[in-house]
Amino acid sequence: MAIEVRIPTILRSYTGGAKVVEGTGDTLTDLLADLDSRHAGLKARLVTDAGALHRFVNVYVNDEDVRFLGALDAKLNDGDSVTILPAVAGGAPTR
Amino acid sequence: MARYDSLLEACGGTPLVGLPRLSPTVPDGAPPVRLWAKLEDRNPTGSIKDRAALHMVRAAEAAGRLRPGDTILEPTSGNTGISLAMVAKLRGYRVVCVMPENVSTERVQLLRMYGAEIIFSPAAGGSNQAVATAKQIAVEHPDWVMLYQYGNEANARAHYETTGPELLHDLPTITHFVAGLGTTGTLMGTGRYLREKVDGIQVVAAEPRYGELVYGLRNIDEGYVPELYDAGVLSRRFSVGTRDAVLRTRQLVEVEGIFAGFSTGAILHAALAVAHEAVRDGRRADVAFVVADGGWKYLSTGAYGGTLADAEDALEGQLWA
Repeated sequence: MAIEVRIPTILRSYTGGAKVVEGTGDTLTDLLADLDSRHAGLKARLVTDAGALHRFVNVYVNDEDVRFLGALDAKLNDGDSVTILPAVAGGAPTR
Repeated sequence: MARYDSLLEACGGTPLVGLPRLSPTVPDGAPPVRLWAKLEDRNPTGSIKDRAALHMVRAAEAAGRLRPGDTILEPTSGNTGISLAMVAKLRGYRVVCVMPENVSTERVQLLRMYGAEIIFSPAAGGSNQAVATAKQIAVEHPDWVMLYQYGNEANARAHYETTGPELLHDLPTITHFVAGLGTTGTLMGTGRYLREKVDGIQVVAAEPRYGELVYGLRNIDEGYVPELYDAGVLSRRFSVGTRDAVLRTRQLVEVEGIFAGFSTGAILHAALAVAHEAVRDGRRADVAFVVADGGWKYLSTGAYGGTLADAEDALEGQLWA
């Protein structure tokens, strides 16, 4: 079993349009390296040159923000679900 | 009950109610795990935003930034605008709100009823665009006063001075505080207060995860993090999807009789997650969470009835919190 990764629309150019891709890795760093081997350029959009998560990118493991789980060192397990989202301002209306 | 000199004085002091039916059952002999709801819909205009609006206006008045007859400009999706419009009406200011054009008719009607003027920003840009548009308008109208809830420390201070102390007074045994993450004011202010007073307090954020249409046009390089946000105040941060938020919103009214908006459903989802973890670990927990507003303003979405899938479809593309 692998780790399921949900890709936001804006980054699907790196995944051939795929909304969900699979990867492996014991940590988020490992997972991103694995994904980048098949979806070149993806990692550079998420991680800065200094090696930190981009300020306007949020990554969640099983719906929890990885910044509170060790950030790029966050531990992953088979069957985990990872979601990548751009940061947005909160509070807004319904139609 | 209580008597106040004006509606403004009746802000805050909201009830904290136990949720005996929604609180998880613990094994015999295990320490209790209890959920508590802070009913912020009991504020003057029906949402937690009254606290921030009142404090921001008072702080601007005290600093001499705001004088009678001035115009207040604010990017807001609804609740803050409604709160500001009420405060402005009673204190003698004009209010101009910048909000995405795809807003609910309830919000537009409420704002206009309280006397606010509305400038619409493009729907596609959501709240980020409303913030950007408001900043642009502020440059064009230097005499207007933008209180700017996303970066105004009086927003967080409102909760440091009122929400936090109220919670500690009513629930000295509090172990977890759970609230929604938007401007981040509620979590920053209440969280800082509780961290100072309660050893080991867990401050938990529930962030709405909208349908992907909402994120579709966002460029990651143009993202936005509110100036008030300090991750160091939080213990954990959950992203809650539309389906879970709707499910919990319905559960709250069905099981405990509390009729709330969808952001509250997202908050309850995170509160239940930490409550069930406490049960699993055999730890005592008193989990207090925020009911940010009532469900009235969201009835037109139709998401309170029908199947969960229908509700999810109805809210797709919408900023429901």
